[in-house]
This record gives sequence, structure tokens and C-alpha cells, in this order.
Amino acid sequence: MIYADNAATTKMSEAAINTMVATANETWGNPSSLYGFGQRAKEILEDARAKVASAIGADPKEIIFTSGGSEADNQAILSAAAAGKKKGKTHIISSAFEHHAVLHTLEKLRKEGFDITLLDVHENGILTAKDVEDAIRDDTCLVTIMYANNEIGTIQPIGEIGAVCRSRGVVFHTDAVQAMGHLKVDVERDSVDMLSASAHKFHGPKGVGFLYVRKGTPVTNLIEGGAQERGKRAGTENVPGIAAMARALTDAVANIDGYASKLTPVRDRIIEGLSRIPHSALNGDAERRLPGNINFCFEGIEGESLLLMLDDLGIQASSGSACTSGSLDPSHVLLAIGRVHDVAHGSLRLSLGEDITDEDADYIIRSVADTVEHLRNFSPVWRDLQSGKTQYIL
Amino acid sequence: MALYSDKVMDHFRNPRNVGVIEDANGIGEVGNAKCGDIMKMYLKIENDIITDVKFETFGCASAIASSSMATELIKGKPVSEARELTNKAVAEALDGLPDYKMHCSVLAEEAISAALDDYSSRTGKTV
Ligand SMILES: Cc1ncc(COP(=O)(O)O)c(C=O)c1O
Repeated sequence: MIYADNAATTKMSEAAINTMVATANETWGNPSSLYGFGQRAKEILEDARAKVASAIGADPKEIIFTSGGSEADNQAILSAAAAGKKKGKTHIISSAFEHHAVLHTLEKLRKEGFDITLLDVHENGILTAKDVEDAIRDDTCLVTIMYANNEIGTIQPIGEIGAVCRSRGVVFHTDAVQAMGHLKVDVERDSVDMLSASAHKFHGPKGVGFLYVRKGTPVTNLIEGGAQERGKRAGTENVPGIAAMARALTDAVANIDGYASKLTPVRDRIIEGLSRIPHSALNGDAERRLPGNINFCFEGIEGESLLLMLDDLGIQASSGSACTSGSLDPSHVLLAIGRVHDVAHGSLRLSLGEDITDEDADYIIRSVADTVEHLRNFSPVWRDLQSGKTQYIL
Repeated sequence: MALYSDKVMDHFRNPRNVGVIEDANGIGEVGNAKCGDIMKMYLKIENDIITDVKFETFGCASAIASSSMATELIKGKPVSEARELTNKAVAEALDGLPDYKMHCSVLAEEAISAALDDYSSRTGKTV
């Protein structure tokens, strides 16, 4: 089996599993309890906080542990919106291809009267600091732009956007769920005020993540209750999960360069191989993308069929077709970069794991090429393209 | 639990009656690429009997399986019987489809209907 869906989730590392089990076995006290046994859990928690903070150049006091990326995105956006509203600032800038954890939260705010600007992400899936700068108004209370896109892997100029926001005095949040552990993230260098991350995207457990909030940036809590997380996120902490996340992140960050130099050539090998399939196109910038991300559209076929056939061949991947998104529309990300519906349905995302080999890459290329050909052979859309009845788009 | 029944996966992996009939006398195409599903049915009708049927489908696994199953259900049958084919019968023959995929079986029914309409208009016979 070649698991090529690491953008959906990753396998937990052995070190993370061991940390999780050991913590659950040995340090299962409540960190809020005052006796020694509880305080030992507190130590584990604070040790994890220090590790997570150091991974992004933050202070431990600036880390709030959450149930994952979605919660962190919700909390960041709703906090900035609440703070903005108090000052009469109700304009928010984001991009058209954010994760739904961001887009749906913004949609909720729109219904409450906020003015939401969703910036165009251009054909290459990358927006510019200038796009952001031009959109900032006196009443802008938040800019939220993802670090790297979860479908097409394109990396945004976060440092430049951060600098613009800083100079205009606007709070800047970035959803770094796909970047964390794969790209070097530094909240000082990038002038980030809030940042979301999720452990299961870097070989940690599911259901754990964190929100970074720069000191002085107002934050409100989504979950009321006890005084955990400095009163910003109630609920007895998931100590084993948090400890495992810290371990996974420490390991991931230590290996960023090594993995990137290993993954990038394999990624490019696959991109080159798939580009040889007639009437196909890479989605998103060829260079400024995550080291493990490949996303293609193949004309004349539908993505769900493609990915189920690949599953039969032992390759796990994903698609942005309507059938896989559970709606009638294909991926909003592909539409945002200008792919028309007809073509967006035929998309395939491969997100590689660090153990991928050149042999795996060649097997993937062969399997995709064969499957695309098989599906095209009985596709009425392909027949019309081939006979000249309709025009190729790609 | 798997997304699809074994029957759906079987018809998806080994679709029956795939292709075109050059001298078809009833052709129907439904759906559109915008929504992600297109089905095209080719019928060869002789003496009111569907002697041959083939299909081409652009779509997800359940669309492919629905077209394949629908062709099996009408092959060798009188046109009047084909006219009565319902999407429910297609879905049932596949041991069910997920709720949000039922529209694929509807497309199969409509594709056959469209092919029969085409036959009618070509031949002047009502089916
Ligand atoms: C960019 C991005 N943001 C947010 C999330 C949500 O993270 P979680 O699954 O931890 O809630 C994901 C995960 O799919 C993601 O890729």
C-alpha cells in the first residue's frame, strides 16, 4: 500500500504513540489537581507547551491547546471579530480557497453583519502581499490567510503579508495546519499574530492542535468552564495527546530540511510523469508548493472513479470532485484557481509521506496513466473531445 | 463499512456492456459535465426487442455501476419492459446505493428513457 493522502491525515510516529501511551499509563492525573500526582501531569503539559512554542519561535504563554485545527481557526477568527466589533471594525480579509473551518466561520460572521472580502488567489494559487495591502481598510479588524493550501499545496508569502498587516496595525491570523512540521514556521519572522495547527497532519494524534496568540492580541474563548489554558479554553486537558503532539512536532521540525530534500525530487518526478498524460494539468504553482503535494486535473474523467481504482491498485489518494466533496460542486479550491467545473471534477491529489521511494513514484505514475486511459475509454466526454465535437480545455 | 456494496464495486470494476453500437437505432445522453455525471446509452432494437445495449459514462463509481446494471436489466427485453425500468430497480439490483448517490440510478433510468425516445422519433413507433 502506498498511502499518498498525508494532507488528509498522517500515521502517528512511533515516538508519538509511545509518548501518548506512556503518558496515559503513568501520568494520568488531572493537571489542575494540587497534589504531586496531578502536578506531574501539569509538568508534562507545560513541557509540551514549551516544545510547541519553541517550534514556532513563540513564548509558551502564547500557546492554547485545542481539539485541532478547526477549533483553532474558529477561535482565532471569532476572537479577532469580537475585538474588532468593540472598536467598530467589522471588515475581514481572507482568501477564496481557505479551509472550510475558516470559510464557514467567516460566513457566519457575514450573516452577523461583518463585511468579508475573499481575495482572488490567481491561477497559480498564490496571492500577493500587495493584494492584501490593497484590500485593507480603516475598518479591517483581521486578515486570515492560510500558510499552505490543503488541496494544491501552494505556499503563500506569509512573511510579506504579515509585514503588511503589522505596518497597517491589522491582526494577522494564518491557518498553518498544512505547513506545520513541513515548512519552517516562525511567528516573529512572519509577523504572525495568531496561528492554527493540528497534530494529525505531522504524525501526531487526531483531535489535538493548538492556537498561537501573540501576547497582547485579544482572545475570547469558545468553550466556557474551568480555568484551563489561562481561562481561554475550558476543559481538562488531553495530556497524552498534547504530549504526543509536542513530541511529533519536535521530531518533524528537526527533520524539515531532510524530508524536504528527499520529498521534493520525488514530487517533481511524479509531476513530470503525470504531465506526460495528454490533456492533464498541474494545479497550483510548480515550485512554491509543499514538498509532498501533487494535484492534477485530467480532462474527460471523474475523480472519484479514479481514486477508487487507484485504491484497488494499492494507492490511497484524494480528489476534489463533487462526488468526493459530497455536494454538486467540485472543490472550491480548484474553482478558485480558475478551473471550470468540467475539469475540476477530474482532479487527483497525491500527498506523499516521507517514506516514499522512486519506485513508488514510478508505480504511481504508471497506475494513474493506465487508470486515466481506462476511464477515458468509456467516457462520453472524452469521445466528444476526441471527435472534435467539443474543445479541449486542458 | 465500505462506501459501496460489493455489487456496486463489481460493476464499477468490471462494467458490463461498455462501449458504443455503431448501428444503434436509439441513443440517449443525459447529465452534464458541470455536475460531474454524463451517461450515454446505445440501443439496438429489433422487433421491439432490445437485442444489444452499450453505454459510456463519465462519472463516479456509482454512476458507472448504475449504467452497467441498467444495461444488464434491459438487455434482451422488450422495449415496453425497458420503458418501465425504474431507478429503484437499478439501485436494488446493486444491493443499494448511498442516499446521496441515488441520483446516479435516476440518471441510468433517464438515459434509457432518452434512448427509447430517440428510437421512437426515428421509427415513429411509440414505446
Ligand atoms: C488547512 C486546514 N485547516 C484546518 C483543518 C482542520 O483541522 P482538524 O482536522 O484538526 O480540525 C485542516 C484539516 O483537514 C486543514 O487542512
